[in-house]
Amino acid sequence: MEITALFLSRLQFAATISFHIIFPAFTIGLAAYLCYLEGMSLRTGISVYRRLFELWLRVFAIAFGIGVVTGIVMAFQFGTNWSELSRRTGSIQGPLLGYESFTAFALEASFFGVLMFGRSRVRPSLYFFACFMVALGTTMSAFWIMVNNSWMQWPVGFIVRSDGVYEPTDWAAIVFSPVAWVRFPHMLLAAYLTTAFCVASTGAWHLLGGRFKSEAGVMLRTGLGLAAVLVPLQLGVGHLTGDYVHDKQPAKFAAIEGRWNDEQPATEVLIAWPGEKTEQNYYQVGIPYLGSVIGSMSFSSKEIGLKSIPIENRPPVLIPFFAFRIMVGCGLLMLFLSWVGTAYVWGGRVEHQRRLLWLIFCSFPVGFIATLSGWFTAEVGRQPWTVYGLLRTTEAATPFLQKFEVTFSLALFGIVYTILFVFGSLYIYVLLRRGPVQGLKSHVAIGNPKRPLSESTEAGLIAEQGHVS
Amino acid sequence: MMEFWVAALALTVFLYVTLDGFDLGVGMLFAFDRKVRSRNHMISAIAPVWDGNETWLVLTATILFGAFPLIYSILLSAFYLPLILMLVALIFRGVAFEFRSRAGALAGVWDFAFAAGSFLAAFIQGATIGALVEGLKVVDRRYAGDAFVWLSPFAALCGLGLCVGYMLLGASWLTYKTQDDVQALAFRTLPWLLGAVLVFLAAAFFSSIAIDLDLLNRWTDRPVIFIFPVIGAIACVALSVAVCWRLPLLPFLASVAIFGAAFGTLAVSFYPYAIPPAVTLKEAVAPESTLTFMFWGAGIFVLPITIVYTLLVYFIFKGKVNPEQEHY
Repeated sequence: MEITALFLSRLQFAATISFHIIFPAFTIGLAAYLCYLEGMSLRTGISVYRRLFELWLRVFAIAFGIGVVTGIVMAFQFGTNWSELSRRTGSIQGPLLGYESFTAFALEASFFGVLMFGRSRVRPSLYFFACFMVALGTTMSAFWIMVNNSWMQWPVGFIVRSDGVYEPTDWAAIVFSPVAWVRFPHMLLAAYLTTAFCVASTGAWHLLGGRFKSEAGVMLRTGLGLAAVLVPLQLGVGHLTGDYVHDKQPAKFAAIEGRWNDEQPATEVLIAWPGEKTEQNYYQVGIPYLGSVIGSMSFSSKEIGLKSIPIENRPPVLIPFFAFRIMVGCGLLMLFLSWVGTAYVWGGRVEHQRRLLWLIFCSFPVGFIATLSGWFTAEVGRQPWTVYGLLRTTEAATPFLQKFEVTFSLALFGIVYTILFVFGSLYIYVLLRRGPVQGLKSHVAIGNPKRPLSESTEAGLIAEQGHVS
Repeated sequence: MMEFWVAALALTVFLYVTLDGFDLGVGMLFAFDRKVRSRNHMISAIAPVWDGNETWLVLTATILFGAFPLIYSILLSAFYLPLILMLVALIFRGVAFEFRSRAGALAGVWDFAFAAGSFLAAFIQGATIGALVEGLKVVDRRYAGDAFVWLSPFAALCGLGLCVGYMLLGASWLTYKTQDDVQALAFRTLPWLLGAVLVFLAAAFFSSIAIDLDLLNRWTDRPVIFIFPVIGAIACVALSVAVCWRLPLLPFLASVAIFGAAFGTLAVSFYPYAIPPAVTLKEAVAPESTLTFMFWGAGIFVLPITIVYTLLVYFIFKGKVNPEQEHY
C-alpha cells in the first residue's frame, strides 16, 4: 500500500480515537457502578461499599482525566485532518459533537468536582445526586457521540446544498434515528460490560492474593452478576445492530460475513481467510442455511455477496471480518465466565476455584477488546465512505495536507499518548494493587475534575509509605 | 440568531485569551525564577483554575465547528502544524503540572516541560493570530496558502508579542494572588513587561504599515476603532500607577483591559470578515436550523452554566494563596 497523507490521516484518526474510546468506555460503566456503590452504602450503611466507592472513584478520576485530554484532541482533528468533512457536514456534526462536549463540561466536570471535593461538605443525598449526575453526563456524552456516528452510518434529516454543504432540515429525524437508538444501547452495554469485567477481575486478583476478602468478594459478585445479566442482553442488542447493517449497509454486512457471491440460501462463514485479491475465502468453515437465518430470519432468503457491489464501493474485508469475530468471541467468553463465575459465587465456593479466578483475573481487557473490535467493524466496514453512500473518505480529508505534516503529527501523538498510557495505567495499577483503604479518613481532596493525576500520585505516595512501614 | 453566536464566540475567545493567558504567562515567568519555593508559590496561584481556563478553548472550537463550520474547516486545516504543536504543548504542560513535585530527581525535566509548553502554546497562539491578521489565501472555500504562514516575520513577531502579553497578564495575576518575594518580583517585572508590550505594539503597528496590511484600511473607514487604543492607553496608565503604588488587584484588571482593547481593535478591524480577506461571518455561518438547535440547549443552558461555574471556582479561590499549604 502506498503511504499517502490520506492514509496517515486515517491512521492518526484511528489511533487517537481508539486510544480515546478506551477511557470513556471505562468511565461510562464506572460512573454507573459508583452510583450503585454509593446507593448501596447509603441504604445498607455497610462500610465495604464505601471503601470500594473511594477506590473506584480514584480510578475513575484518572480514566476521566485521560478521556478529557484525548477528547480535546478529537475536537480539533475533524478540522485539521478532515476539513472537507467539517466544511460540508459541520452544520450537523458540529452541534452533535458540540453537545457532547457541552454535556461533558456542564454535567460531568462540575458534578465530578462535587464527588472529589464535596464528601464532607454536602449532604449524603446531594452527594448521591452528584454521582447520579456524573453517570448521566457520561451516558449523555455517549449518546451524542452515537447519534453523530450513526448519522455518518445512515445519514438522515438533511438536504445537500449546491455548495456541497449538508443542511439539517429535521433534527428529530437525526436525533431519533433508529440506527442511533440501536447502537447507543449497544455501546452503553459494551461500556457496562467493560467495567464489569475490570471490577470482577480486580476482585479475583485480590482473592487470589488473599487480600481484602470482603471487598474482593463484593467486586467479584457484582461484576460477574451484572455481566451475567447484561451479556445475553448485549447479544440480543448486537443482533439488532447487525439487522441495521444488513438492511442499510449491505457491503459492510457482506464483508463481515465474508460472503463474496450472492447466495440463496446463504451459508454462514464461521471462520476463513478471506482473499481480497482473489475474491474468495480460503480454509472456510461454514454452516449452510445459517447465513440466511441470521441475515433475514428465513431458510431461503437471498443474501448479497461482495461481488455484486461495485469494487469502488466495497470496504476492506479482512478487518471487519476478523474484528467482528473477535468481538463475538469476546462476547461468548464473557458469557461463559460470567455464568460459571456467578454459579460458583452462588454456591459460595468461588474462593477455592483458583483456576477460574485466574481466568477472571486475566479477563480484564476482554471488554476493551470487544469494544474496540466492534468499533473497527463499524468504522472500517463503512469505508470507502465517511458519510455512508454520500461522501467518500478521499473527499472528506483536508485536500492540501502534506505527508510530512501528518507524519510529524502522528509521531508527536505517538510519543504523547504513549506517555499518557504508561503513566495512566501505571497509576491505575498502583491504586488497584493497593486496594481499598481500611479505616477510611474523610478524604481531603486536592483532586480536580481534569487534574486526576494529582489524586493518583497522592495515592501512589501513600501506597509507597505503607510499603515502607 | 447569527448575532447570538458571534457574541458567544467573541466571549469564549476573549475569556480563553485572558484566563488561559494569565496561567500560560505564569508558566513562562516560572522560567525566570529558579528558587523551588517561589516556583511552588507561582504554581499554587494557578493550580485550581488553569484546567478550567482551558475549557474555553474547547468551547471555542466546538462553537466554531457547529455555528461556523467554514471557519472551523479553513482555520484548523490551514494551521495544521501549529495547532497540533499547541495541543501537544498544552497536554505536556498539564502532565508536567501534575508530575513536577513528585518526580524527585526528574523534577527539573518537568519544570522545563512546564515552562517550555507554556512558551510554545503562547507563541503559537500569537503567531496564528498574526498570520490571520495578514490574511489567508482561500480559493473555493479551501485554504490555498502554504503550511508555514504562521512563521512569517510578522506572524512570528505577533507570537513573541503574545508571549510578552501573557507574561504581563501572568505577572499582574501574581501581584493579586501571591505575597512576599513572589509578589515583589511580579511588581518589579511588570514595568519591563509593560514596556515590552508597548514596544511590540509599536513594532506591530509600523510593520503592518510596512507590509501594507489590508486590515489597516478599516481604521480609516471606521474611526470609531480609535476608541480602543484610547482605552488601552488609559489601562496602561492605570497599570503604571498601580505598580508604583503597589496596589494588588488593579494591575490584573488593567492588563485585562489592555487585552480587551487589543481584542476590540482586532474584532472591529476584522468585521465583517472572519478570515480576512476571504470569508465573512455571514458566508461562514451555519444554516438557521443548526443555530437554533444549538441555541435551545447550548446557548441558553450550557454557556450560562459554564460561566456561573467558572465564577464560582474563582469566588471559592479568591484571596491570597498560601504556598505552604497548597504547594504542589
